[in-house]
Amino acid sequence: MQRIGDAPAVRRGLIAVALLLAGLFLLLPLVAIFAQAFAEGVAVFWTNVSDDYTLAAIGLTLFVTVLTIPICLVFGVALAWLVTRFDFPGRRLLQTLIDIPFAVSPVVAGLVYLLLYGRNGWIGGWLDAHDIQLMFAWPGILMVTIFVTSPFVARELIPLMQAQGSREEEAAVTLGASGWTLFRRVTLPNIRWALLYGVILTNARAVGEFGAVSVVSGAIRGETMTLPLHLEQLYQDYNTVGAFASAALLALLALFTLAAKAGLEWRTARQEVSP
Amino acid sequence: MSQRAARLALPLPARTQRVLPGFGLSLGISLTFVSLVLLLPMTGLVGQLKGLSLAEYWAIVSDSRVVASYTVTIGAAAVAALANAAFGLLMAWVLVRYDFPGKRLLDALMDLPFALPTAVAGITLATLYAGNGWVGALLEPLGLQVAYTWVGIALAMAFTSIPFVVRTVQPVLEDLPPEVDEAAMTLGAGDATGFRRVLLPYLWPALVTGTGLAFVRSLGEFGAIIFIAGNAPFETEITSLMIFVKLQEYDYAGASAIASVVLAVSLALLLAINVWQGRFIRKLHGGRG
Amino acid sequence: MIRHPRLARPLLAIALGAGLAAPAMAAERELLNSSYDIARELFAAINPEFIAHWQETQGEEIAIQQSHGGSSAQARSILQGLRADVVTFNQVTDVQVLADDGLVAEDWQQALPNNASPYYSTTAFLVRKGNPKGIDGWEDLDDEGVEIVFPNPKTSGNGRYTYLAAWGFAEHQFDGDEEQIQAFMRDFLGNVVVFDTGGRGATTSFIERGIGDVLISFESEVNNIRGEYGSDDYEVIVPPVSILAEFPVAVVEENAERNGNQELARAYLEYLYAEETQRLLAGFNYRVHDEAVVEEFAEQFPETELLKVEEVFGGWDAAMETHFASGGLLDQLQRR
Repeated sequence: MQRIGDAPAVRRGLIAVALLLAGLFLLLPLVAIFAQAFAEGVAVFWTNVSDDYTLAAIGLTLFVTVLTIPICLVFGVALAWLVTRFDFPGRRLLQTLIDIPFAVSPVVAGLVYLLLYGRNGWIGGWLDAHDIQLMFAWPGILMVTIFVTSPFVARELIPLMQAQGSREEEAAVTLGASGWTLFRRVTLPNIRWALLYGVILTNARAVGEFGAVSVVSGAIRGETMTLPLHLEQLYQDYNTVGAFASAALLALLALFTLAAKAGLEWRTARQEVSP
Repeated sequence: MSQRAARLALPLPARTQRVLPGFGLSLGISLTFVSLVLLLPMTGLVGQLKGLSLAEYWAIVSDSRVVASYTVTIGAAAVAALANAAFGLLMAWVLVRYDFPGKRLLDALMDLPFALPTAVAGITLATLYAGNGWVGALLEPLGLQVAYTWVGIALAMAFTSIPFVVRTVQPVLEDLPPEVDEAAMTLGAGDATGFRRVLLPYLWPALVTGTGLAFVRSLGEFGAIIFIAGNAPFETEITSLMIFVKLQEYDYAGASAIASVVLAVSLALLLAINVWQGRFIRKLHGGRG
Repeated sequence: MIRHPRLARPLLAIALGAGLAAPAMAAERELLNSSYDIARELFAAINPEFIAHWQETQGEEIAIQQSHGGSSAQARSILQGLRADVVTFNQVTDVQVLADDGLVAEDWQQALPNNASPYYSTTAFLVRKGNPKGIDGWEDLDDEGVEIVFPNPKTSGNGRYTYLAAWGFAEHQFDGDEEQIQAFMRDFLGNVVVFDTGGRGATTSFIERGIGDVLISFESEVNNIRGEYGSDDYEVIVPPVSILAEFPVAVVEENAERNGNQELARAYLEYLYAEETQRLLAGFNYRVHDEAVVEEFAEQFPETELLKVEEVFGGWDAAMETHFASGGLLDQLQRR
């Protein structure tokens, strides 16, 4: 059957325009990152990447990300379970509240944490008196990272779990399954891909967060500099190649994220065809 | 995928109250998390605002330079969102309707702006579009300056919000029953008319949602823009920069005041989008959404 | 040797779980120096010297950590709890903020020689080769068609000095005629094409992006840039009248006490006045006080009339109040 836009001329024209635009606005920046990173050769790139400060930044970034993911995962699953399996007053409100991190500019997110936990904040004052330091140390970076990444897992799970409904789970309960078994055997297999997708998004954002982290980091070289902050400092230091070397690492991670996501989509699509 | 799930979202089955276990546990975790991580820090913002009288608050948020920054931010975000509406619609269409080599790659590439840290996007765009950059060098002789102008701000905003429109329109387009096309063809209308008169009414709720999300995202963007904006007062200063400037002056109350305006507008828009989406799903499925 | 960043800690934590990671086991005493953002290379050069000096005289191995950012942002972080032992800033006001809060001694400016400013500089111009727009002093900067790049006075100390230098010049030139001064300043500010948030951002705009005819920054910075990017492409112009830019240093008493670093912190700052350090500073194009070094480097620093903020503007507090506060003169001059 002939469908709208199937005429060969229209088709070719639209594909050409789409590829051209995508190439210009998406592919070109990506190519530029790597071109800049390797502008002075592989050796210089390697020197920059294996620099002590860069390694420390990579270490901190990974450390914060590794801690962020499980926390967001537990919260996301709990929240999704709560709002899709039970009806209670305030359900809608709760669902809107988790969007706060999307509405708050990251700089403001960092600021509100600083105002609360900094030396002059009402919790921070107490902490300072007891010699506990959260801001300007890795716990502060972790806290704001959790804040900005908290909606991702829940947002992926809620529509899916809503669509799937709870009949399977109810049946399992009738058959006498306990809570944990129910979750592990019935719910988890149904949501695992969405869950993984949520983790991938969380991971991408946690690794790349700049605005919020820059406010609470304190920028101590080798101590509280994450990779995006380190990149910015190198850029400020006239070390364009070094900055883009770090940018290339982050871009590489982004590409890995995209590949993982594409892989997941492909699997899900296959599952839909042959359930 | 979630988008696919969203389109399948049927009216919720009548819930059997609390047959399932885990209500207490999940409620406990959710409430603890929401209060500690999301709500508690917001009290800091409120605390700062409490120190201001209404007149002071008004004076800060209606300062002419701040108002100019609203205009710049909203204007650039609107242009970016509209550009993305067209770009996203085209991409979604091409990805759903046609087969061509490299399609999978193009599909994967669409999510790049979400996966790429905004600081990376910022320095890359500034490098590309500056007068001596790859693209800037081509545009400059034509008298078109991108970096350090208003256009650069819109460009950075557009880049960071590309996936919104594509990813909301794509599933709807995939789901479109073939009869819709048939109806259009039997009307004897040409492609353009058919698209406009028959397909667009199906697509535009998703298109509006995606464009709206892109707009909200652009309002709050900071990392990518700051590298490419000229930051000239009244011309290329965005509202996020005004907050940043207030912070540099140790003026937490002022920063909080401006932040509260951005926050209120963003939340209102998000809420409007959610309500709009709910109504649209209800209309599609004829049930409660 | 600068202390190696402790990569091991985060990695260990990944392996062992978060609980074990929290206590940071420092093998040696650490001093945290919070500094302005363009001083990275400078302290990367000074710190190893001081570490060796301390090892020699005290027989103790120490480590120095650096935190760099906009001077105001750095002061704000310390107010909010960043545990810096010493500050080495480019803004008197930013140290004063800490003193007002009780973190720094009230009489900090008397604690060390020269108003606690071990080195100083002034604002100067960097123009493109051959100086095509013929810029020799501030009087050329309000001409139509001259494109200027300097950092935003609202966010950058560097930018504030530039603004005050231009104002000081105009006051000089127009004999205090307020109307003419403001007209000059309005045209001058109107010629600015990019207001980056910090000094380095402005440099990037001017050098890497090729924006503007003249970059205004610290004399030390423009000389370093010319050194970095080649004297074939750029020329440094030091105007005959400019402003004295002090680089104040102070011990953050409360933090130093807490970290048990009081004498170490003081010794570190005093070391900045030592002859060998002053020579190093001059090598980074800062003007210094040590007479032997001044003589050695006499050729490098042209004689300039340096206006003092205290004398022209009645001190930093007054200058901030009149010019940079919200609704102040800067805001009014930029109004269109």
